[in-house]
Amino acid sequence: MTRDEIRSTLLRCLTDVAPEIADEEIEDDADLRDELDLDSMDILRWVQGIHKALGVEIPEEDYGKMTSLEGAINYVAARV
Amino acid sequence: MAEFVMPSLGADMTVGVLAAWRVAVGDRVAQGDIIAEVETDKGLIEVEVFETGVVERLLVGEGEKVPVGTALAEIGPATVPVPVPAPVSAPVPVPAPASAPGSILSAGSSQVDLDGPLASPAVRRRAHELDVSLQGIRGSGEHGRITLDDLAGVGPRARSSASDRVRISPYARRIAAERGVDVSKLSGTGPRGAIQASDVRSAKASRPSEPVSPAERMQRAIAAAMTRANDEIPHYYVEQSIDMGSALAWLRESNASLSVNERLVSGVLVLRAVALALRKHKLLNATWQGADAVQSAGIHVGLAVSLRGGGLVAPALRNTDEGSLGELMARMTDLVSRARAGTLRSSELTSATITLTSLGERGVESVTAIIFPPQVAIVGCGATVERPWVVDGQVVPRPIMRVTLGADHRVSNGHQGSRFLTTLDRLLQEPEKL
Repeated sequence: MTRDEIRSTLLRCLTDVAPEIADEEIEDDADLRDELDLDSMDILRWVQGIHKALGVEIPEEDYGKMTSLEGAINYVAARV
Repeated sequence: MAEFVMPSLGADMTVGVLAAWRVAVGDRVAQGDIIAEVETDKGLIEVEVFETGVVERLLVGEGEKVPVGTALAEIGPATVPVPVPAPVSAPVPVPAPASAPGSILSAGSSQVDLDGPLASPAVRRRAHELDVSLQGIRGSGEHGRITLDDLAGVGPRARSSASDRVRISPYARRIAAERGVDVSKLSGTGPRGAIQASDVRSAKASRPSEPVSPAERMQRAIAAAMTRANDEIPHYYVEQSIDMGSALAWLRESNASLSVNERLVSGVLVLRAVALALRKHKLLNATWQGADAVQSAGIHVGLAVSLRGGGLVAPALRNTDEGSLGELMARMTDLVSRARAGTLRSSELTSATITLTSLGERGVESVTAIIFPPQVAIVGCGATVERPWVVDGQVVPRPIMRVTLGADHRVSNGHQGSRFLTTLDRLLQEPEKL
């Protein structure tokens, strides 16, 4: 799976959690919690969506690595 | 017979738009069934019925804006016998009164509609297939019965003079409202000419956009409710700093052994603890009814949800004190998702007995909130932050959450409020018991 494919899958999962971001440009290094106003429930739902889409199980202690799109792509790329 | 009226979905609501019916005349409904969708300042709300019975008439058409309390439908007793389907030629022994002006009789039911035009179930079924309204068709049969022959040559309902109903999905209707698109001027590309979201998106606003956006309307509604609260309710506030160390450690440990779909967030622990504390401090779990507070039978905590586009709703999680934490987590996730998607139910907007507001995990440290009438208390949680804390004579860093109770002085006093927060604090020190 290429980085671009992972990126688009992660974005799709994120849009499922927060549909109103669909038209927004998200910088890869922006902090998603600040940029998109995501709270811990949103992050959890995102992680659940990624698990469903890609089969990657992300333990809670690694949520800190998922705070930007770039961080999340790196994390997932190493595990798919 | 009972009237189903435009409900008041909060102290701030005066009018609502009947966006869509989910039932047709003749349908049996049971208490709690969703029978209509109403557009309000809080978004599109699914409205439940309180009665069990049979829908006898729909009095308000889709798209009509009416004041709170307006009769929308008549619900007859469930015991009215539904006549067995008769042969097409046999007369049905019911009179055929002129229907009330403005009533909309749907052809969607195969049951006999007691107030509508005379027609056999077979004719009604056929009318439904053809999407033809029986209203306004002159029957050529005995006593003006509508026959299958009468149906031939009648245009689809969307074009018939009997109805100016526009076929449109609730989602498309919402987009149209947001963009100021007049749906009556659109031609739909969906099934049977239904207007779809894509039709609305490709249409230009054909009337001048309303001066007030939905977000502004919602803010006005919030302002009205809060002004009333500030005018009428003598608030008092008490605050407690709660050490969340035990709760967060328990949560971490518990989540580590749970699959991703079963994990909890700290908010659900606070929510449950508030509900359990209310079991002991019932004075705060009440509503103000004119001159007195009436204690609520169940504990239904309203969860303040800020909407990303602006605005705020506080739908209730019913019986917040019951069920497992996992169940509560699932219900909370569902409620928050639906609040953001704009698909809440009427009972969720009206049944809260207290409100819990949290200003996010990365926000400010405390919030002194205004009570949402007719409730008599509100709990505000600040962000949990690391602070120097004295434990066993040593200063250590601990995650501290400041919780502020705002309560109605007509109903309780600071002493009772203080005891509630002390109970809440104690409950959060034993998270495994939540």
